[in-house]
Amino acid sequence: MERFLLAVLVRNELGVLNRITSMFRRRQFNICSLTVSEAESSEYSRITLQADGEESAKEQLINQLYKLPDVVSIKELHEHESVRRELVLIKIKNDPTTRNDARAAAEAFDATILDYTKDSIIYQLTDDSRRIDDFIDLMHDFGITEICRTGIVALDRGENTIRKVNYL
Amino acid sequence: MLLSGADIIVRTMIEQECKTIFGYPGGQIIHVYDSLYKYRDEIDHVLTAHEQGAVHAADGYARATGKVGVVFATSGPGATNLVTGIATAYLDSVPLVAITGNVMSSQIGTDSFQEIDITGITLPITKHNYFVSSVEQLADTIREAFRLAASGRPGPVLIDVPKDVQIAKCEYEPQPPVQKDEKFAAKDIRIEAAAACINACERPYLYFGGGLISSDATDELLALAELIDAPIGCSMMGLSGVPTDHPRYLGMQGMHGHYASSMAMHHADCIIALGVRFNDRVTGNRAKFARGAKIVHIDIDGAELSKTVTPMHGLRGDVKETLKKLLPQLKAVKRPEWQAKIAQFKVEEEQTLDHREGMTPRRALLTLNRHLGNNTPVATDVGQHQMWAAQTVKFKNTRRFISSGGLGTMGFGMGAAIGAQMGTGEHAVLVTGDGSFGMCLNEMATAVSRRVPLVILLLNNGVLGMVRQWQTLFFDKHYSHTVLDRKTDFVALSHAFGAEGELVQTPEELDAALTRAFAYDGPYLIDCRIDKDEFVLPMLPPGGSMDDIIVKVGD
Repeated sequence: MERFLLAVLVRNELGVLNRITSMFRRRQFNICSLTVSEAESSEYSRITLQADGEESAKEQLINQLYKLPDVVSIKELHEHESVRRELVLIKIKNDPTTRNDARAAAEAFDATILDYTKDSIIYQLTDDSRRIDDFIDLMHDFGITEICRTGIVALDRGENTIRKVNYL
Repeated sequence: MLLSGADIIVRTMIEQECKTIFGYPGGQIIHVYDSLYKYRDEIDHVLTAHEQGAVHAADGYARATGKVGVVFATSGPGATNLVTGIATAYLDSVPLVAITGNVMSSQIGTDSFQEIDITGITLPITKHNYFVSSVEQLADTIREAFRLAASGRPGPVLIDVPKDVQIAKCEYEPQPPVQKDEKFAAKDIRIEAAAACINACERPYLYFGGGLISSDATDELLALAELIDAPIGCSMMGLSGVPTDHPRYLGMQGMHGHYASSMAMHHADCIIALGVRFNDRVTGNRAKFARGAKIVHIDIDGAELSKTVTPMHGLRGDVKETLKKLLPQLKAVKRPEWQAKIAQFKVEEEQTLDHREGMTPRRALLTLNRHLGNNTPVATDVGQHQMWAAQTVKFKNTRRFISSGGLGTMGFGMGAAIGAQMGTGEHAVLVTGDGSFGMCLNEMATAVSRRVPLVILLLNNGVLGMVRQWQTLFFDKHYSHTVLDRKTDFVALSHAFGAEGELVQTPEELDAALTRAFAYDGPYLIDCRIDKDEFVLPMLPPGGSMDDIIVKVGD
């Protein structure tokens, strides 16, 4: 089992996300992260997805994606050749006995405070997935009440773009 | 010119050279039916008894002609009645365009009368589908649907058109029929590697499927077989891709395939697979499947190349174009030892064949063979009769075996036979069983109304024979709900529909009945009684391998 990251450029049409996720479901691909947004042109959307599977499952996933007429281009983003970021919002209890430790942890991770009330604090952290996992682990000690995580966005380093992929 | 959406639908069909539409009207497609009335001299619409019959007919039309089949249906139940037929076409890669009406755009999403989310329902069983939200997009959407349905690996495309889009008007300019996407061969480097593999092998076996027929690559396949001195077998979807009497042809392979074909595949050291997808009905236990063989797999659909069986060489490309590039790179060889072994398999097969006298299924189909022309389309339903037909019916030309392979749709045959007849203009045949025929026999009405010259050979055994066969072999003869304790008189039923029919008990009676049936200008049913305990043999038990093959009852 290997974890891989794909960027998928699709036509920005109604229901396109449904077509993609419907295919994942029916062919039993295991997706662990998915983000979608408009791409550099409003004609296209860009999907970044992370999945677990053997090399053969990855190939099958890519081949099945290419069969969808809405899919324009697919690019695998390798760990050392791409930049990857996630954003997380974490709400914890504002407890006088732990708030200083929480703040120290947040400072160590360069997390920022977005909301501060008598009863709760919301931290924001933008980083790679592993650092976000670590930060969440730490914050568990301070009574997390809610988490919202975006999933991965990523781009290839250097001049490579998803448009420079030739399936054939 | 300024036209309504409904007129644009029909005009675009005419523009795309669609001659025949199968369908059924209803409230949310009534405007389109008004346009069909207006353009009735330019395009034919065949009214069926049920939307399922219409979609199977469009499918049969497409399989027999290679053109895109077209079906119309209304919203709600009209649309959902298409689902089995669309799935059937999807699994067998049949080019189909389905147009459904839907409620007014303003009512979409409100669960209004006969509203259903048919694009949602058909998402996993279409190549692509569309919900058309403005009349300006309509003509181009239909054109793109025709291109998509026919290009690459063909398949069904559905277009859902709300009623207000059918009524709204916009400018329409006729355009020439869309061209399919250009066919391409596999990458040169992959062809070279595959050629080296084939040149190094000693016991090649050519295994083709429906993709060979879609690609029109029969000549290239036969040239390849000649060049490298290889035997040929096929999946059920490949049937009629090669003339049955071709000396290199061993027949269908798989669960109920020919013994010689299955043995040749099992003993080959190189399997060259052409437009075929190693379905579980072909491979049996994949871990034990053709373990000694290197596989060269050519398919237009890259996703098939390692989906189930991992080939040594996966070549993504059109079969015909790829073979054209592959052939010059191959050495001409003669393989007397391999051919001797193949000849031995054929002798062994001959010994296992059912040579009994009397009204056996094989005898019935051999009798049918004597009445078939080179171009006679033979449709089937699904079950034992389908396998007997697949094993026994002789074909000369391609696109003449019309059968639901991937989905295995009982009830497919009647509609499909009507469509195949209308597409080809040939006197058609439906081989069916009493179980399958019972599912969609309402289309007898359509065949009568349209005077469809159709011979219906009903192999009537009073049971659901294929399930019964499994119950006999694997369920201690617990015949749970497979005995059809019905009193249906199929001959009287034929007469009630306005068709002809007769009952036969012997091969001689069948022979005479077939002569009368082929002389009759309309549907003619032959109720052919066979024993309920006939088996389809040989049989590879599900999940089994060639070591487990059953060639005779009692094995």
